Amino acid sequence: MKNVNCAPSIAALLLLTAGLLSIPAFAQRDPSGEWAPRFHEDQPERIPGPEIGDYLGIPINAAARLRADSWDASLLELPENQCRPHPSDYAWRGPANLRIWKDIDTATQETVAYHTHISWQAPERTIWMDGRPHPPDYAAHTWQGFSTGKWEGDMLTVTTDHLKEGWIRRNGIPRSEKAVVTEHIIRHENYLTVAVIINDPTYLTEPFIRTTDFTMDADQQIAPYPCEAVIEVQHAFGSVPHHLPQKNPFLTEFANRFKLPYQATRGGAETMYPEYMQKLKNMPVADAQAQK
Amino acid sequence: MLKRRTALILGTAVFAGLASAQQGAGNAEIHVLPVQGNVYMLVGAGGNIAVQTGKDGVLLVDTGLEQNADKVLETIRGLSKGTIRYIINTHVHPDHTGGNEKIAKAGRTIAGGNVVGAIGESAAEGAAVIAHENVMNRMSAPTGKQAPTPQGAWPTDTFFVKQKNMFFNGEGIEIIHEPDAHTDGDSMVFFRRSDVIVAGDIFTPGTYPIIDLQRGGNVQGIIAALNDIIRISIPADKQEGGTYVIPGHGRLCDQADVVVYRDMVTIVRDRVQDMLKRGMTLAQVKAAQPTLDYDPLYGSNTGFWTTDMFVEAVYKSLAEKK
Repeated sequence: MKNVNCAPSIAALLLLTAGLLSIPAFAQRDPSGEWAPRFHEDQPERIPGPEIGDYLGIPINAAARLRADSWDASLLELPENQCRPHPSDYAWRGPANLRIWKDIDTATQETVAYHTHISWQAPERTIWMDGRPHPPDYAAHTWQGFSTGKWEGDMLTVTTDHLKEGWIRRNGIPRSEKAVVTEHIIRHENYLTVAVIINDPTYLTEPFIRTTDFTMDADQQIAPYPCEAVIEVQHAFGSVPHHLPQKNPFLTEFANRFKLPYQATRGGAETMYPEYMQKLKNMPVADAQAQK
Repeated sequence: MLKRRTALILGTAVFAGLASAQQGAGNAEIHVLPVQGNVYMLVGAGGNIAVQTGKDGVLLVDTGLEQNADKVLETIRGLSKGTIRYIINTHVHPDHTGGNEKIAKAGRTIAGGNVVGAIGESAAEGAAVIAHENVMNRMSAPTGKQAPTPQGAWPTDTFFVKQKNMFFNGEGIEIIHEPDAHTDGDSMVFFRRSDVIVAGDIFTPGTYPIIDLQRGGNVQGIIAALNDIIRISIPADKQEGGTYVIPGHGRLCDQADVVVYRDMVTIVRDRVQDMLKRGMTLAQVKAAQPTLDYDPLYGSNTGFWTTDMFVEAVYKSLAEKK
């Protein structure tokens, strides 16, 4: 049986070679599909919601701290705020059943854009892949911003500007409209990791980085998310709920509840790094109100 | 009178300075941004300009700085060959009215019948310039006195009520007076079919509101005007788009952007009000930094309108009401 017919093997080899040659120079891992959120990561912040006065781990400056100190959750009752979606840099964190799909130019078979749809408030976003420039300064800002993407190896890197003012944590920590956000969308088979890097010279002293994970869910059905503003609590038209400086009585609750040094809860770049754990051990935990 | 005129000229120079600093007066490049419906936004001539075009001709809201009028006209001609019929001024400052004379001359008022019969053909010369009567009062002067601006730049049609309505190019247009806000002669213009509000300097999203105390401005009027924009604008789905808002300076906005700005002005007002109630002096209020959290967004230590001047204007606005 030495006289083996090699023709099928050669044909298969040629096919394999042709197949390999057709793979793009960079191995792009298409993130298209239905993705379900996984809330094991940062669950207390994402599901029940963050504590008032918890600024730990966020590189905020003094201006951001005062914005957050002044924030009153009653703002969310105002009709003009009820239907706001999460901005694109935060949307991954919410009740985020995610769909990603792409537009293909039929003539060139090149990807023109990726789109995302997220369940809560149903924001839809476009990530342009065709190299178009970002809009001029005088163009409108949107909740999803203007995004362009490029492949870096098998990672889709997205740059977004023209965002409306948003939030980094849902307890009043702001992200300004001047921020530029970089996202890395990375697919590992049936898992999707999105790393968001917020550069906000207005309110952050360093870039703020966090990741959010999803799993493929081919059975996922995303329901519509209509929103209609209603008056549930009567506020005088034009009133803006907020706390005057030094007058927010809730800021110390987080420190007291978790027996943390109040100063640590005030956040800042230092509180992001592991070395701060050592410093924390040496900080007195006293009644937060007294430390304020 | 000399003193009054000097003050007016100084004020004029100062407010022109804002536009010059922001948008390169004289050598400015005019950018056109289609907003929606019949309305375009022109950026770079001084204050933002709105242009509405259609079968009836061209209507402008504001005219930019005088030195940019030729460029504005050239830009308008790129949008429409129709006759310029109306100019509406949102307020008196020269970065919004400076082009009035030249641009009005390039247009014609719709006139005929008894009007032309009584006045003659000159009734149709130049586009009509509409503004609140306080704009007229501040641009002109009593007989025998020197006016701060040339007669050709003055409004030809003034009003003194809360709202003046007109219909042009297939849509209703509301000219809504906002008393004692940026000045005492502010109007915002609402194009009802295009669904676009032109706010003038009531709303300047890149800077703290400019409160021209000398010309009747007041922080309470600014807040009332911003709330009026929020009241009449209707966002599309998920608080975005719908009614668009062209600010006096800066980028195109919608209601959500106005809400952010209104919140800021209201919060700063409340803080200063609280400090006033506690008997703090202006110096103490400034030292307390009531705008600290908004300074990176809206503040400035140099230039025409500084944070310090804004805090002082808020303080004086509120102190007057005590």
